Amino acid sequence: MNVSIKEKIRQIVSSKNYFDSKEDCLCYSFDATPLLTQMPECIVFPESEEQISNILKLANQEFFNIVPRGSGTGLSGGAIPVENCVVLVMTKWNKILEIDNANLTATVQPGVVTGILQNEVEKLGLFYPPDPGSVSVCTIGGNVANNAGGLRGLKYGVTKNYVLGTEMILPNGDLLKTGGKNVKDAAGYNLRDFIVGSEGTLGIITKILLKLIPKPTESITILAYFDKLSYSAKAVSDIISSHITPSMMEFLDNTTINCVEDYTKVGLPRNSEAILLIEVDGRGSIVGEDAETIKNILKNNHASAVKTASDINEALSLKSARRSAFSALARMRPTTILEDATVPRSELPVMIERVTEAGKKFDVTFGNFGHAGDGNLHPTCLTDERDKNEIERAHKAFDYIFNEAIKLGGTITGEHGTGLAKKQFLEQVAGIPGVEMMKKIKSVIDENNILNPGKIFSISPRCESPLPFSREQISNYK
Amino acid sequence: MNPDFLRNIPADILPPDDVLSQCIHCGMCLAVCPTYDFTKLERSSPRGRIKMIRSVADGEIQISNIFSEEMNFCLDCQACETACPAGVKYGKLVESARVLIDEKFLRYSFRIKLKRFLLRKIVADKNNLKLSARILRFYQKSFLKSLLEKSGLLKIFSKELPEISKLSPEISDFFSDEQIPEISKPEEDVKYKTAFHFGCIMNVAFAEINKDTIDVLKKFSCKVFTPCNQVCCGSLHAHNGDIEFAKSLARKNISAFEEEEYDYLISNSAGCGAFLKEYDYLLKDDPNYSERAAIFSEKVKDISEFLFDKKPEHGYKDINTRITYHDACHLAHSQKVVSEPRELLKSINGLDVVEMEGTNYCCGSAGIYNVTRFSDSIYFLRNKIDHIKATNPAFIVTSNPGCISQIKYGVEKFNCEAKVIHIVSLVKMALNDFNSRK
Repeated sequence: MNVSIKEKIRQIVSSKNYFDSKEDCLCYSFDATPLLTQMPECIVFPESEEQISNILKLANQEFFNIVPRGSGTGLSGGAIPVENCVVLVMTKWNKILEIDNANLTATVQPGVVTGILQNEVEKLGLFYPPDPGSVSVCTIGGNVANNAGGLRGLKYGVTKNYVLGTEMILPNGDLLKTGGKNVKDAAGYNLRDFIVGSEGTLGIITKILLKLIPKPTESITILAYFDKLSYSAKAVSDIISSHITPSMMEFLDNTTINCVEDYTKVGLPRNSEAILLIEVDGRGSIVGEDAETIKNILKNNHASAVKTASDINEALSLKSARRSAFSALARMRPTTILEDATVPRSELPVMIERVTEAGKKFDVTFGNFGHAGDGNLHPTCLTDERDKNEIERAHKAFDYIFNEAIKLGGTITGEHGTGLAKKQFLEQVAGIPGVEMMKKIKSVIDENNILNPGKIFSISPRCESPLPFSREQISNYK
Repeated sequence: MNPDFLRNIPADILPPDDVLSQCIHCGMCLAVCPTYDFTKLERSSPRGRIKMIRSVADGEIQISNIFSEEMNFCLDCQACETACPAGVKYGKLVESARVLIDEKFLRYSFRIKLKRFLLRKIVADKNNLKLSARILRFYQKSFLKSLLEKSGLLKIFSKELPEISKLSPEISDFFSDEQIPEISKPEEDVKYKTAFHFGCIMNVAFAEINKDTIDVLKKFSCKVFTPCNQVCCGSLHAHNGDIEFAKSLARKNISAFEEEEYDYLISNSAGCGAFLKEYDYLLKDDPNYSERAAIFSEKVKDISEFLFDKKPEHGYKDINTRITYHDACHLAHSQKVVSEPRELLKSINGLDVVEMEGTNYCCGSAGIYNVTRFSDSIYFLRNKIDHIKATNPAFIVTSNPGCISQIKYGVEKFNCEAKVIHIVSLVKMALNDFNSRK
């Protein structure tokens, strides 16, 4: 990017919100996705809708790319820079604008940290359920852009179930408003739902209207140990088919149990092959009855121990232990590649077996955990990016896992988004007409393909996102 | 890497590739990092700094101004280590980066030379420190202080100097090493054999707290060995890029404490305790000291870590007051001592312990950070005081001299009513047969 363009960008956002040193570019060359890095040209922190609009207009004149970013905790490469790009960071847009108790909604800026919003609404007896593993860091904007899920997806759904409206600046600089506080709204195409999960390819989200629900008053957290993976998988199917919907049903295998225990020391059973962490919540006595039914099902499925958290602190520490699983697995090997292949719930036992097979077949180590209740697994390959051969085998193992998931009627990503990491598999899930329609929509809204190009799918010929860069290539970067 | 530069630094300063690769940049550290909270820039975050250190190690970037600015902006509070599920030893990384920076700039920077001189010749030398403390005490008690402060003369040197001068802890009327005998014994039978490290700043500025510590230990049936030839622990030196000098202090302490037998080495200063516990790592490659250091570090316990599950000879009396507990970073994050002080406080009847929000968020003291980076430290202090005010306590209880001075300064500056007290002094207040000094 030439200096005069950078100067124009700097003038739009002012010097204090503009960064282009090599150090800054390095620090924004990655998100939480393993193996992928790319240097941006500069980083900006816009302060107003007008500044964002002006940057987008300039990008269309000067043909540079824009990659929007929140906290940079995504796992599919959605916030990783592309060639010739400006990283547009929204973390300073962190105001909760309104909590409307009469309509049960919250209006927030996209940079609000999800965990902070949850705490604020819970103070008022309200509840915002979506809780990705990175809930203490990630932003609502990033959650909406990737349709993030989390531990409570099984009963409460994912981010898209809670977005009532958005405001977004389109690539031509116009402001698009969708949705509103109405519970029902049948006017025209449902553009709002279409923005959720668009991964920063259609516009820059500047305001979000969220649905809240009353906070459940009771909850019971249960931990069950199993000596065999298959027992735990069967227990999950049995609980679902008994028509009880826990708010959470998490599965961890032995490798994950040990890494999490190393970090948290909450007392997980290091010798168990698997554990299930289950929570039921709601109001009144029904919660206790459901918990008893679940405990019986667990015992009938050969659980070697079934425990109940004695108080809220124990429940919280168990849940936060589960949230640390992905990062804790990095204790084993320097590189952890985490995926989120998802299958219909009934196919979960088969899918767990397929992951074990993939590890054996391609001689790589997997830690496996995930949201058992909604069929969303997180097979995590423990590897070392410096060992090219092993990385190659890891990629093959994931190819195998994705193909098997699709065969079982599943999908390549439950909650992380497609981004760069999974776009090569998109056609197999969405079909050629599906991907073609996405591309057409993208090219109508973003004529010059300036917004996060190369994410989700590639539009040739311009702005093909580069393939993953190795560390050696970056060091040669000029 | 620039070869010119390599010549001057020992090859083992930067951690091996394995340690650097352990960070998977998941971002869990961002939520707890005070400096990231301040600037919202990745380069001020732990994962950003690790990325920069890795890039220096790979020769992608030089040790630039931005690099050294960010490494020194870091409080080294290690909140990120607590938050890091992958177990990255961030503190070690940033400390080694500081060694690199000082090695590079030492020849040109007056600031680094002065810092090193002060730390080596004043802080680490008990007699010089006491001499300086006597001068400071004279200054603090004389009309000179109020004259200088009122006249605004200090402003000539720096805009911040008058404020920094207020930060300096009030020098005690006596120095603890002169009052604490080498062996202290309880009135009744000896149950525990302990030793006591009285620190450098604690010795001259918080002598009362040291004396309280000995009194409390005696009430818990401890024999206390306090060698008079012990020295500063060296943490300030290590955290400020002078590892070699820190090692020499560590060797002196290990020898000094070998003269008597004991089972627990008590520290009442979180920063010192954390570093004393690391002597085994610091001297791991020293053939004469590695084993002795391991034995030494094994015995180190923070005062609350030692006391929390023990009962005083004559029990506690009730104290009816509202308090909040501030986690010293080097206790909570470096030593992972979080529940013990709370257990200890709970065992005293009548205490209404209210947890503040962000209790383990750094107060900005961070060793000598509040002196070297005064205006940054005020940002962190203001947040801390806001959180304290929200709980409306009569006392703020903590366990580190740096935190005590900083928070004392903060309550005054930001108009907070609460008093700051060391946990051991509170325990002493609660001891049944305590004859009140005040």
